[in-house]
Amino acid sequence: MASLQEYLFVSGLLFAIGLAGVLVRRNIIVIFMCLELMLSAANLTLVAFSRFNTGPDGLPDYNGQVLVFFIITVAAAEVAVGLAIIVALYRARQTVDVEDLTSMRG
Amino acid sequence: MEYLAWLLLLLPLLCAAAIQFGVKDSPAAAANLSVASVVGTFLIAVLLVFNSDFSSSFTWATAGTFTIQIGILGDQLAKGMMVVVTGVGMLVHIFSLGYMKDDEAKARYFGGLSIFMFSMTGIVLADNFIMMFIFWELVGFSSYLLIGHWFEKKSAAEAAKKAFLVNRIGDFGFMIGILMLWGILGQTFLFAEMEAPAKALPESQATIVGIAVLLIFCGAVGKSAQFPLHVWLPDAMEGPTPVSALIHAATMVAAGVYMLFRLQVAAGTSIFEGFAGTTIAWIGGITTLLAALMATQQDDIKRVLAYSTLSQLGYMVMAVGLAGEAGIEAGQAGMFHLYTHAWFKALLFLGSGAVIYACHHEQNMWKMGGLFRRMPKTTMTFAVGTLALMAAPPLSGFWSKELILAQALEHNPPLFWIGAGVAVLTPFYMMRLFVVAFLGKPRDHGAEKAKEVPPVMLVPLIILGVLAVVSAFSLIASSIVPDNDFHAHGFHPNMVFWISLGALLLGAGGGFLLYHGRSSDPLANNPLFKLFRNKFYLDELYLKLVGLFQDTVAMAVHFLDEFLINGMIVGGLARSTAGLGNIFRRLQSGNLQGYAILFGAGILLVIYLTVFAR
Repeated sequence: MASLQEYLFVSGLLFAIGLAGVLVRRNIIVIFMCLELMLSAANLTLVAFSRFNTGPDGLPDYNGQVLVFFIITVAAAEVAVGLAIIVALYRARQTVDVEDLTSMRG
Repeated sequence: MEYLAWLLLLLPLLCAAAIQFGVKDSPAAAANLSVASVVGTFLIAVLLVFNSDFSSSFTWATAGTFTIQIGILGDQLAKGMMVVVTGVGMLVHIFSLGYMKDDEAKARYFGGLSIFMFSMTGIVLADNFIMMFIFWELVGFSSYLLIGHWFEKKSAAEAAKKAFLVNRIGDFGFMIGILMLWGILGQTFLFAEMEAPAKALPESQATIVGIAVLLIFCGAVGKSAQFPLHVWLPDAMEGPTPVSALIHAATMVAAGVYMLFRLQVAAGTSIFEGFAGTTIAWIGGITTLLAALMATQQDDIKRVLAYSTLSQLGYMVMAVGLAGEAGIEAGQAGMFHLYTHAWFKALLFLGSGAVIYACHHEQNMWKMGGLFRRMPKTTMTFAVGTLALMAAPPLSGFWSKELILAQALEHNPPLFWIGAGVAVLTPFYMMRLFVVAFLGKPRDHGAEKAKEVPPVMLVPLIILGVLAVVSAFSLIASSIVPDNDFHAHGFHPNMVFWISLGALLLGAGGGFLLYHGRSSDPLANNPLFKLFRNKFYLDELYLKLVGLFQDTVAMAVHFLDEFLINGMIVGGLARSTAGLGNIFRRLQSGNLQGYAILFGAGILLVIYLTVFAR
């Protein structure tokens, strides 16, 4: 079985890839997917910690895994709202490129 | 007696209230009510003067041990003064019935007269300084009302304003003086309690006492129109002529002299010793000289009389000031002059009112002339008043001026010579007035058609004419002269008599020879007399000074407003807000990923702070 460090490494990698995607990509849908990637990285970390934090009876600490379910639920809702906003945005502006969305510039 | 005295004080007030709230719309009723009230007060005053002294008071306000009382004090001084005030007041009220017959605001006029009578009575009867100050201000207020009676006329409205404001300057000093004297004289406002503390004053306090007396004198300078606050009185002639006779000649302007003499009676003349008395006497002397010089070149018949009033008030103030050296006799001489002057100056003003009325409100004496033929009775009374003012023996003005000059010669010779010089000028300008207005030929339509005035105006003139002759004789004078123990003195032809007789002949003769048969002033183009005609340019000087002062203040205020408040506070706040906004505006790039970077950096910072920087 893989060690905790390996899980955390993969999780960090996922998070880094997501963050990099958010920061450098221009297509807002891709940015949105990268956000999901970062959420998944957080889920992976939680599960890993849960798995490797066993109590005196040999069972894992399930608090972490319960939290993951919450995150998945909230993420699903977030995706629904987010995609709806993106669709509305596209209808209004005919673009999904963040470089063109600068009307809030001060 | 006390009840009668309180009635004397309150009757005019009730009358004024009744006119204001009751019969305002019926002028005839208002006039009759006012005249009835003043006749009533006159009868009460006469009754009181032949009875014993009285006093009565009640507490008006209390704060701890400090009390303010409203009370009346009826000694010989107050009782005699009340006869003068109500007597002149009564004749002026009756005269007004004729003079103001067709005035549109007759009810307001008589209401104003009544409120004036109330205020003046309050000053005379007051038994303490606070009450006197209250009524002092009320007198100023009623004077304002009456000067501005014809307020539609711009000059009248401005004259009323000027009188009020100039009086306020003096009253400010008066108030400080009252409070200082309160502190010096054992913390009492009551006249009756001032004598003992004043006697016990140590020598070391002489300076502060002198300053307090001079500040109190400030009130008299304003109310009695002494130099340098005399400028309001000639302008006050914008009011109806009976008002000028009552307020600006016989009673109100004498209040300053009365108040100073009241203080001398109450606290003794010792507090007037030294520089205070000398300053007062010199102010009086300067006023009497300047006013007499200015009177020589006035064309308005009322203004000549106004300046002569100033001049005579100067004599009185001079006498009161001399009391510091000479003792109470000098102050009594001043009060005696106040008493005689009240009658003959009211006579002169009412006479000029009759003339103005007959000439259809023409006041320029050069447009009169020949009135002696057309209105002989008025002219005769006016001539009596003129002679009394000139101090021709044996008329009333002669005796009182004689007393003042005698006091001046004894205690301050320079002031005596000023007084003697004015004794030349007074007959000169009065002769000018009389010759130009009453003798010769009519020079305008108004004077051609002038007729004798109706009896309601003539009778007061005749009564005052009789009083101008006899009021100084000891039979009358010894009972109603407003003094404590004055007796008309035995007369000896001494140096003062010969000098004043010479002055009278010189001035009257000069005036007659110079102006007889003239139709314009032969001295008008003389540069010196131009200076007199323009009142030494004092009005212009004051205008400049006040303007300069106001401009300076306005500039300072403008600077504060423009630079400090507008520039620094309001503008500065706006500018700093705009600057800050400009800085923070740059953060709102509108770039989504820029926000994300900042967001991430923020998280890193938080992690750093919570994990590593503990």
